[in-house]
Amino acid sequence: MAKVLVVTSGKGGVGKTTSTAAIGAALAQAGKKTVVIDFDIGLRNLDLVMGAERRVVFDLINVVQGVAKLPQALIRDKRLEKLWLLPASQTRDKEALTEEGVGRVIADLRTSFDWIVCDSPAGIERGAMLAMRFADAAIIVTNPEVSSVRDSDRIIGMLDAKTVKAEAGERVEKHVLITRYDVSRAARGEMISIDDILEILATPLLGIIPESQDVLRASNVGSPVTLNNPASAPARAYHDAMRRLLGETVPMQVPSERKGLMDLLRGRRAA
Amino acid sequence: MSILRFFSSRAARPAVATAPIARDRLQILLAHERAGMRGQPDLLMQLREEILAVVSRHVALDPEKVMVRMERGKNVSTLEVDIELPNESGVSLAATG
Repeated sequence: MAKVLVVTSGKGGVGKTTSTAAIGAALAQAGKKTVVIDFDIGLRNLDLVMGAERRVVFDLINVVQGVAKLPQALIRDKRLEKLWLLPASQTRDKEALTEEGVGRVIADLRTSFDWIVCDSPAGIERGAMLAMRFADAAIIVTNPEVSSVRDSDRIIGMLDAKTVKAEAGERVEKHVLITRYDVSRAARGEMISIDDILEILATPLLGIIPESQDVLRASNVGSPVTLNNPASAPARAYHDAMRRLLGETVPMQVPSERKGLMDLLRGRRAA
Repeated sequence: MSILRFFSSRAARPAVATAPIARDRLQILLAHERAGMRGQPDLLMQLREEILAVVSRHVALDPEKVMVRMERGKNVSTLEVDIELPNESGVSLAATG
């Protein structure tokens, strides 16, 4: 049965798009037929992070407005057979995205995909509302930092009130994903602890993704980090998160960068 | 220093600079996007429209059976229009420009 997953946060720059690409690719690698949808109308970026930016012909709004059929707008990943992208429109008006139209697209996708991963824009406006509207499950991307935790709390409230599931008296399955976790700052006690975040948000933890140069490298070359460097610390953390999403029990590890001898000699310079 | 680099790069990945790749990708993408923003019609999209208009003058097109693929490049872009013609043989007509 198809599952609609929204990757959301409220706050911008916390890693929603990176996480959407990484989890989407990890699901596809695990054999799940997956589509990632960019809901950031006017400021699309998922295409760039996925490395499909030169191949965009049609977008979500074209499909909603009936200019293009869904199969025409879906871009198949060149590396992973089970991974597809539905890009956002870069030029058109946000108002063109209607709830009814998005509902139709999602219902259509449910018939042919295992996972539908919706990359929410920042904020709590229309785009963010529509990205979560039809969700069965949600990943709340949170940085260990006060404003991000506050915004996550706000978003959790919206997931519990403004989704189709919530309105029907059901619950959206919620998961907190901690990203940009800085190992050295944590060691110095300069970051809000994960336990504190989870207690404040009262939401279970899906994974802890370390701040890493590998994430930047992956987006530079346009490849989800789980695909670009599967052995890297963030890729392993995303992979574990994906398995938890599938219901597997995977021991939670606070990731650390693998340090070489020279790194140790030089002191804690690696982030 | 080179010995130090040798050891430290064994711990990390082979050092391939990704920044130039990022710059090239952005340059190509933005060149196409800026043209579009300035109101210059995207040539590829225009070609697509016209190719489909010509074909549909001769045969009834099933929009579901038209696949358009594009690849925007630095010097060369490609447009691939794959039209499944609704006749007995079901031949596929491909135009590349």
